[in-house]
Amino acid sequence: MFKTIRGRIILIIILVAGALGYLFTNGIKYGLDLQGGMHLVLEVDDPDNTMTLEARADHIERSERIIRTRIDEFGVEEPLIQRVGQDRLIIELPGIQNPGRAKALIEANAFLEFKLVLPTARIQPALPRIDRAVVTTLGEDALREIGRVMEAPTQTLEELLFRGADTAPSVPDSVEAEALADTTGAEALADTVEASALDLRPLTALLNQGDGEGIYFVAESDVETAKSFLALPEVRRAIPRDISLQWGSDPVAISARTYRRLYVLQAEAFITGDMLENAIASRDPQFNRPVVHFELNRRGGRRFAEVTGANVGEFLAIVLDGEVMSAPVIRDRIGASGQIELSNAPMEEARDLALVLRAGALTAPLKIMEERTVGPSLGQDSIDAGILAGIVGVFLVVGIMLAYYRMAGLLALGALTVYGILVLGGLAALNATLTVPGIAGLILSVGMAVDANVLIFERIREELIAGRATRTAVDDGFGNALSAIVDANITTLIVALILFQFGTGPVRGFAVTLSIGIVASFFSALFVTRTLFLLYLSGKKTADPISI
Amino acid sequence: MRIFSDANYSFIDKRRAAYLFSGVLIVVAIVAMVVNSLFIGSWQNYGVDFTGGSLIQVRFDVPVTAGGLRDALEGSAAYSITRFGDENEFTIRAPVREGEGEEAVADEIKEALAAQFGAGNLEVVRTELVGPKIGGELQRKAFMAIIFSFALTLIYLAIRFELRFGLAAVIATAHDILITLGFLALFRVEIALPTVAAILTVLGYSLNDTIVVFDRIRENLNKKGGRKENPAVLVNRSINENLPRTVLTSGTTLAVLLALLILGGAVIRDFTLVLILGVVVGTYSSIFVASPILLEIQKRFKWADSKERKKRRETAVPV
Repeated sequence: MFKTIRGRIILIIILVAGALGYLFTNGIKYGLDLQGGMHLVLEVDDPDNTMTLEARADHIERSERIIRTRIDEFGVEEPLIQRVGQDRLIIELPGIQNPGRAKALIEANAFLEFKLVLPTARIQPALPRIDRAVVTTLGEDALREIGRVMEAPTQTLEELLFRGADTAPSVPDSVEAEALADTTGAEALADTVEASALDLRPLTALLNQGDGEGIYFVAESDVETAKSFLALPEVRRAIPRDISLQWGSDPVAISARTYRRLYVLQAEAFITGDMLENAIASRDPQFNRPVVHFELNRRGGRRFAEVTGANVGEFLAIVLDGEVMSAPVIRDRIGASGQIELSNAPMEEARDLALVLRAGALTAPLKIMEERTVGPSLGQDSIDAGILAGIVGVFLVVGIMLAYYRMAGLLALGALTVYGILVLGGLAALNATLTVPGIAGLILSVGMAVDANVLIFERIREELIAGRATRTAVDDGFGNALSAIVDANITTLIVALILFQFGTGPVRGFAVTLSIGIVASFFSALFVTRTLFLLYLSGKKTADPISI
Repeated sequence: MRIFSDANYSFIDKRRAAYLFSGVLIVVAIVAMVVNSLFIGSWQNYGVDFTGGSLIQVRFDVPVTAGGLRDALEGSAAYSITRFGDENEFTIRAPVREGEGEEAVADEIKEALAAQFGAGNLEVVRTELVGPKIGGELQRKAFMAIIFSFALTLIYLAIRFELRFGLAAVIATAHDILITLGFLALFRVEIALPTVAAILTVLGYSLNDTIVVFDRIRENLNKKGGRKENPAVLVNRSINENLPRTVLTSGTTLAVLLALLILGGAVIRDFTLVLILGVVVGTYSSIFVASPILLEIQKRFKWADSKERKKRRETAVPV
C-alpha cells in the first residue's frame, strides 16, 4: 500500500493524527527543572548494613504504598512515586508550594505506640551499672572533656527542690502529673547529688527530678550528651530488658531554663499504630489546642480497655516515632477511642499527623539520599528563555534550508514539521517528562533530521550534475544517502539506549527524547521527504528540472 | 546555490599539521586535568551531583556581591560561590561534611544569609542536596556509559563497515571527548548532570559526522577499481565530495546552538557551550583525525582481502 503516493500520504496522516491525539489528550509533562517542584530519592535507613537486600526491597515496597496514600491524601497533582532498583524510591512532586511540609509528611515514620509509664524507682537500681558502662566504654578522659556538662545540673538542684511543685502546673501536658510531682523527688534528688559528687556517674549526673513519677528532667544543653550515652550498645545492655527510656517530644520551660523529659516506660507497647482504625484532627474545645482523635479497631479496643482498666491511676505514654507526645493519667477504663494532644503545634501539624496515622506507619525508617527543589519562578524563566531560543533556532533552520534548497528546502520543512509533531506526540504517548537535558536530546535529533535531508539533497544534486534524468536522480539520491543515514541513526540510537540503561533522572530524560527523536527523524527524512518529493514530481515530466 | 560543489582540497596532505594541532590540544587538555588534580584536588569541577553535598541557588532583591556572600558565610573557603545569570543571583555549593546531613548544611547557609541580608530580601529558587553515596554511583555510571558506548559502537561499525573503520571512529570520538573534557577542566566549568548529557551529545554528534564521511569512503571503496586506487587519494576525494553536506549541517547546527547560547538563559548556558565546542571539534575530527587515522591503520594492515570482505558482507545486516 505504501508504494502509491496515496498510500504513503494516508499513513503519514494516520500517524500525525495519532500523535496530535496523544498530544491533546495526554499533554506534555514538564520536568521539575522546568516547572518547579521537589524530587526526592529515598532509601531504607540502615547505617550498619544489618538488613538483607530482600528485607530492604520488602520495606521499600511497603513504603511505596504507604507514601502513595499519604501523598494522595495530601493532594499533589500528578505525583510520581517510583521504585528504582531494589531498594530505592523516587518521589517527584511537581509544582509543590510547601516542600518542607511535604517532606515531613513523607519522612514521618508515624510509628505509634502506647506504653505504660513506670516509676523512676524501677530504673534506679540499674543506674550505677549504666554509669559504669558509660565510664568503661568511653574512658575517664573523654568524660572529663565534657565535664562542664556534668556539673551543670547541681546548680539548679536546689531550685528544683523548692520550686518543683509550683512550677509543675505551668508545664504543658502534665496537669494530671502535678499531684505526683514531689513524691519520689527526695530519693531521686539524693541520688543525683551523690552522683555529681562522685563525678564518675556521667548519666546520673545529667538526670534531674521530673514533674511526674516516671519522668526525669534533662537540661536542654545536656540532651545531646545524654542521647549519646544512651545510644552506646553497652549502655543499652545495662538497661533492664523490660524498661525503655524515651524522650519527650517538646522542651519544658521552668523559670529561665529549658528541660526535656526523659520517661521511664515499659519496654513493650500494648497498642501499636496498626490497631488504629481512624484518626481525625480537631481542636480541643477546653484549651483550644489541636488534638488528634483516634479510633482503634476491635482487637485494639479490647486490649486498650483491658490494660487501662487494670491500670487506673497509672500514666499512659503516647509514643510517636520513639518520642513521647504526652503521658496523661488513666482515670478510668477507656474504650476504643482516645486523643493525642499536641501542645503548641499549629493545627496544620495535627492534620498532617492524623493523615500519616491513617495512612499507616512505615515499616522501617527511610533516609533521604537526594533532594532537589526548584522554585516555580526559576522554572518559568527557563521555559521562557528556552521557547524564545527555540523559535529563533527554528527560523534560522528554515531560513538556511529555503535559501539553499528552495523548493526542496520547503519539502524538507514539511517533513520536519511532521517530525516535530511525531516527537511531541511520542513524548505524550510515553508519558515522558520534558527536562532541560531532554530538550538537548531534541536539539540533537532535530540536527540529525536536518542532516539526513541535507545528505539526501546533496546526493540528488550530485546525480543531477552527473547528468541523470530528474526522477532517476531523486531515486538514486535517496538510495545513496540511505546507508549513511541508517548507520548514523543506529549508532546514535545505541548510545541513547546505553544512556537510558545507565542514566538516572535527567540523563534518562535525555536518552528518552533522543531515542524518540531519532526514530521520528529517520521516518521523517526517509519516508515523509520521499513522499513529498514524489508528490512534487508527480506533476512533472521525467526530464523537467526541479528546484533543489 | 551550491557551496564547495567541486571542492578539491588536499586534506590528507595536511594531516601532519592536523596531528600537531590535535596533539597540542590533547596535551593542553591533559595538563589542565593533571594540574587541576594536583593543585585543586579534583581533575574536574564536579558539581554536587557527583561529589554529593549541598547546592543552594538564591535570588536577592538587594545588590549583593560574591565577596559579600562569602563574608556572610563567615569566609569559609569550603563554599564555592558563583554568579548565576542575572545580576543578583548566586549558587552556593558546600561539600559533604562528615557527620552532618546535607539538609543541616543547607539550613545553616540559609540562616546565615537571612541573618545578613534579611529574610525578606532573598528567595531560594533551587536546592539540591545529594548524599555522597548517590554522587559516587553517578560517577561510576557515567564512566560505564561512555565505555559501553565505545564498545557497542565499535562492534556495530566492525559489522557494518570493517574493524578498522570502527577503530578509527572510536579513536576520533575519544579525541573529541578528551578535548571537551580538557576544555571543561581548563575553565573549571561545573560538571553537573546536564553537562554530562552535553558530553554524551558531543559523543553522538561526533560519531554521526564520522560515520557520514566513512560511509562515503566505503562507497568509493566498493566502486569498481576502488580497492586499487591510492587510499590517500580515495579518502581525500571522499572528504571533498562530502564537504557541502559537512559545511551545511555543521553550519545549521551551530546557528541553532548560537541562538540557544545567546537567548537560552543561564540554565542551559554551560550546556550549550559544551555542545558548540563539541560540534566544532567533532566536525574537525571527522575530516582531520578520523580519516587520516583510518589511513594509518590501513598502512599497517592493508585493505582487507576482497574475498574475505565479501564473506563478511554477506553476514552483515542488510540495509
